[in-house]
Amino acid sequence: MTTHTDQAAATATATATAMDQGTVARTDQATATATAAAAAAAMDQTALGGAGYTPDEMMTVAAARALRDGTVCFVGIGAPSVAANLARHSHAPTMVLVYESGTIGAKPTALPLSIGDGELADTADSVVSVPEIFAYWLQAGRIDVGFLGAAQIDRHANLNTTVIGDYDRPSTRLPGAGGAPEIAASCRQVIILVRQTPRTFVQQLAFRTSVGFGDGPGDRERFGLRGRGPTLVITDLGILRPDPATCELVLTELHPGVTLAAARDATGWELQVADQVTTTPAPTPDELRTLRALKAAPRRPSTTSTAPAAPRAARHITTGQVPRGTVPDRRRP
Amino acid sequence: MSAAITSLQEAVADLVSDGDCVALEGFTHLIPMAAGHEIIRQQRRDLALVRLTPDLVYDQMIGMGCASRLVFSWGGNPGVGSLHRFRDAIEHGWPAPLAVEEHSHAGLANRYVAGASGLPFAVLRAYRGTDLVGRTASIATVTCPFTGEELAAVPAIRPDVAVIHAQQADRQGNVQMWGITGVQKEAVLAAQRSLVTVEEVVDTLELRPGGVVLPSWVVNRVAVVPGGARPSYASGYYHRDNDFYETWDTISRDRDRFTQWMADHVLAASPVASTP
Repeated sequence: MTTHTDQAAATATATATAMDQGTVARTDQATATATAAAAAAAMDQTALGGAGYTPDEMMTVAAARALRDGTVCFVGIGAPSVAANLARHSHAPTMVLVYESGTIGAKPTALPLSIGDGELADTADSVVSVPEIFAYWLQAGRIDVGFLGAAQIDRHANLNTTVIGDYDRPSTRLPGAGGAPEIAASCRQVIILVRQTPRTFVQQLAFRTSVGFGDGPGDRERFGLRGRGPTLVITDLGILRPDPATCELVLTELHPGVTLAAARDATGWELQVADQVTTTPAPTPDELRTLRALKAAPRRPSTTSTAPAAPRAARHITTGQVPRGTVPDRRRP
Repeated sequence: MSAAITSLQEAVADLVSDGDCVALEGFTHLIPMAAGHEIIRQQRRDLALVRLTPDLVYDQMIGMGCASRLVFSWGGNPGVGSLHRFRDAIEHGWPAPLAVEEHSHAGLANRYVAGASGLPFAVLRAYRGTDLVGRTASIATVTCPFTGEELAAVPAIRPDVAVIHAQQADRQGNVQMWGITGVQKEAVLAAQRSLVTVEEVVDTLELRPGGVVLPSWVVNRVAVVPGGARPSYASGYYHRDNDFYETWDTISRDRDRFTQWMADHVLAASPVASTP
């Protein structure tokens, strides 16, 4: 996030983390990262509403559906990781999850806490170094789908995860590039997950961290970017796709209950709308059940005990996993 | 030459000087937190800090005034949100102005690779069309002499000191780490000097699948610091203390609370003893 990106992508982490965490309190905490995400917090509080699912759940489910079985997916933490894991636990069991920490073919049973979560390494087909994951695997064109988030997106799906305001005296310093620019450049296609608000969907990015379609047709080729670029922008309101001729984002789907006016109001430029706007199928009970189970799956132990660490207790463990409770955690600063 | 096994206090005093370029590496796993704390306790100043993911360790070092410059690629609290001390330094110059030089992960990883390889620069497909070009002086282009293709070039990075945390060393100072090993090998080989903190010293290193072994003769100092990566994790030893990452968001948000917390938990803490 960063969007992985979160991991991959950067702000994505911020934005995505907020999305990832269902409760209002935690959302509140993470949102501070990006002003862009601030508005989203309010949205999150409308949780469930009358629909039986939240806008973020709709967004995550829509993203998961976009992933076909067998897809090799570069995953960032937060919403992209949730979507990818939901897909792998439902219709796409042979999907290959690649995290920028170097874990290839990770098969986590619970949602990872970060792109470098130990469970990713423990369940991976292969663990490689960070230089290798970017050079041999991403740069060489071995990744089908990259997921990105952002604090800002423009009409050509370029992304900002660097600063809001002036670069030298930013009003908000965001995490930065992370893996995002090369994910945007080199994956065969890119799916962007971002909440749709006037603060995220902007006329002019404060900083172009990752390239979607640049200033329009021909720019990706001119820059030597080998992937196709963004194919889907999935928001909490609907789904946008680039127009093949102009490379400008066009609204093609609205989520159930979302009006066209709401989507227009949430967009900082004159939103292009498809002739036929369809309605995204609502999350099915199965999808919601799997998604919520994933989120509720037990994570690794994390205690606040002040007992001293006992590394030797773990020496007989060959899997790298320490059973819950065997090693008291000492909270060191 | 082989690595001397010393206390962390001695190792930092011997290797890290004011004004040095210092890289503490560890990609969400095996983050050398205890070494960062020792650098804070020894009040090093004017450091140029290099790290892909500044994380909590650099948030603390920046907030305590150790750094005047930061070379990085992603500055967030992984899985949680912002690094507030990093942001405060950039947005408001507190406690001191912080010059930043930012890359993507691929770019900075390649800078280490070039440093470790004894090359002046690295070549990669990156950055084109982004505003990082022109903003970060250490991003340039190079034309392939064989195909004529234009590619990104980034200069080698050669830190004065690399600091990493590993699971084990043997009594000769050979080091092994396993699990996610990030860019630590490249950082150590790129640096002029290196310090490795370890969970424990063993009689014989038992080679692990996917493990990275750094022979003793490329390491200057080894210090035994059990739990030295907390609150990050050390595969096979302990898990990430995720509650702390979330708590850090609250502690670090406020300057006074941060300063008090560091005084209580880092400055007042006794240096970790070495018991090789």
